[in-house]
Amino acid sequence: MTDGAPFFRLDWVVDNLDMLAQRTGEHVVLTLIGVGFGILIAFPVTLLIHRRRRLIGPVLGVAGILYAIPSLALFGLLIPVTGIGLVTAEIALVSYTLLILIRNGLAGLDGVAPEIVEAATGMGHTRIQRLWRVQLPLAVPVIIAGLRIATVTTIGLVAVTALIGQGGLGFVIITIGINRFFPTAILVGVGLSILLAVLADRGLVLAERALTPWARAGSGEG
Amino acid sequence: MDFLAEVAAWFTDSASWSGRDAISARVGEHLALSGVSLLAGLAIALPLGLFIGHTRRWAGAVVAITNVGRAVPSVGILGLALPITLQLGWGIGVPPTLLALTVLAIPPIVLNAYVGIRDVEPELVEAARGMGMREAQVLRRLELPIALPVILAGVRTASIQVIATATLGAILSTGGLGRYIVDGFARQDYPRMFGGALLVMTLALTSEVLFALAQRAAVSPGLRGAPDRLSETRAGLAV
Repeated sequence: MTDGAPFFRLDWVVDNLDMLAQRTGEHVVLTLIGVGFGILIAFPVTLLIHRRRRLIGPVLGVAGILYAIPSLALFGLLIPVTGIGLVTAEIALVSYTLLILIRNGLAGLDGVAPEIVEAATGMGHTRIQRLWRVQLPLAVPVIIAGLRIATVTTIGLVAVTALIGQGGLGFVIITIGINRFFPTAILVGVGLSILLAVLADRGLVLAERALTPWARAGSGEG
Repeated sequence: MDFLAEVAAWFTDSASWSGRDAISARVGEHLALSGVSLLAGLAIALPLGLFIGHTRRWAGAVVAITNVGRAVPSVGILGLALPITLQLGWGIGVPPTLLALTVLAIPPIVLNAYVGIRDVEPELVEAARGMGMREAQVLRRLELPIALPVILAGVRTASIQVIATATLGAILSTGGLGRYIVDGFARQDYPRMFGGALLVMTLALTSEVLFALAQRAAVSPGLRGAPDRLSETRAGLAV
């Protein structure tokens, strides 16, 4: 930062709109891959521990440990094994979604009233039908609450992956902003990252409404 | 296993334990950075959270700020602290890192202090007032002890957040254990990078275990066996 230079350089933003759009797009893709694989792992694990309750402690314990390892340390531990790049970045991002997704998924399934589950059994539902047609739909609000936290957290974390050559908006914040002492890039990168998080959060709220039409008919939330 | 042998060699090499870059010095820097910011954050956040929880004022704003805070990349907060300290003439390195870490520590502590106090059964508060306690006494002798495990859960989240972001401080040329990871990465000295990562992980998990024990010990004897109130409030804040 040189003396006399304006703190915020709008001209730089205008000149770099294409680059900013591209980095924002990368940020979205990195987030989608992370949350997507997070769901792919968390979903079956949640169903498993919902039935085998003994596994709840160990599974949440492991997810909790993964969650507590700082991202930069996780990169340092993974790079000798998985190298520098997308795979390492995504392993870290996925591992941070697991605790939130599994815990909320389990809370959602456990929150379904036992009378409702019994009624479904009484109506002749098999276990799979009961799960898909009764338990999962009723657990949607709690599951989506977890998905919202996981998604917003991942959007914030993607920036760190710029340190290992990924990063989306992290490239703007760290490589252009911090490394070259250019506050404009830091502000724009952080601002766009927050904007993405707010949009994703609103989108998931809309998805929840679409998936739970009965909630609008007057009953409370789950 | 050659690699792990190199990591072990890095830990045992006497050069790793001397000078500015000594392991003991870096651990000390990391603990000092984290401890000072956590205490500063606590000094600001705890009174604020207790006030909001007791009076219910500004509660909506606090929840909204915490939610937005989750979306701000921690590296972004480090980045934003940099032009501020440069403008103030405090320079690079430790000052912007301390500023960012303190800011990061505040939201989880405020949120948990607010939620912990809010969730104290209203009948108990009424009873305390009926017994003639003044508002400050209600807070100190009733609400605070009941809410303590929830408040500690907030400090625990803040501590993990601060330890992790202190590691990232290395990109602002701060000391601490992040140096080994960032420098090891830059020089392709992977044993050093891996060793630094192990140290950071150990520090983070130690903080988790200590706070988990403190939380358990802080449950008021009259409330042992009551349903677990912590699970909801440890909502996600990863770094």
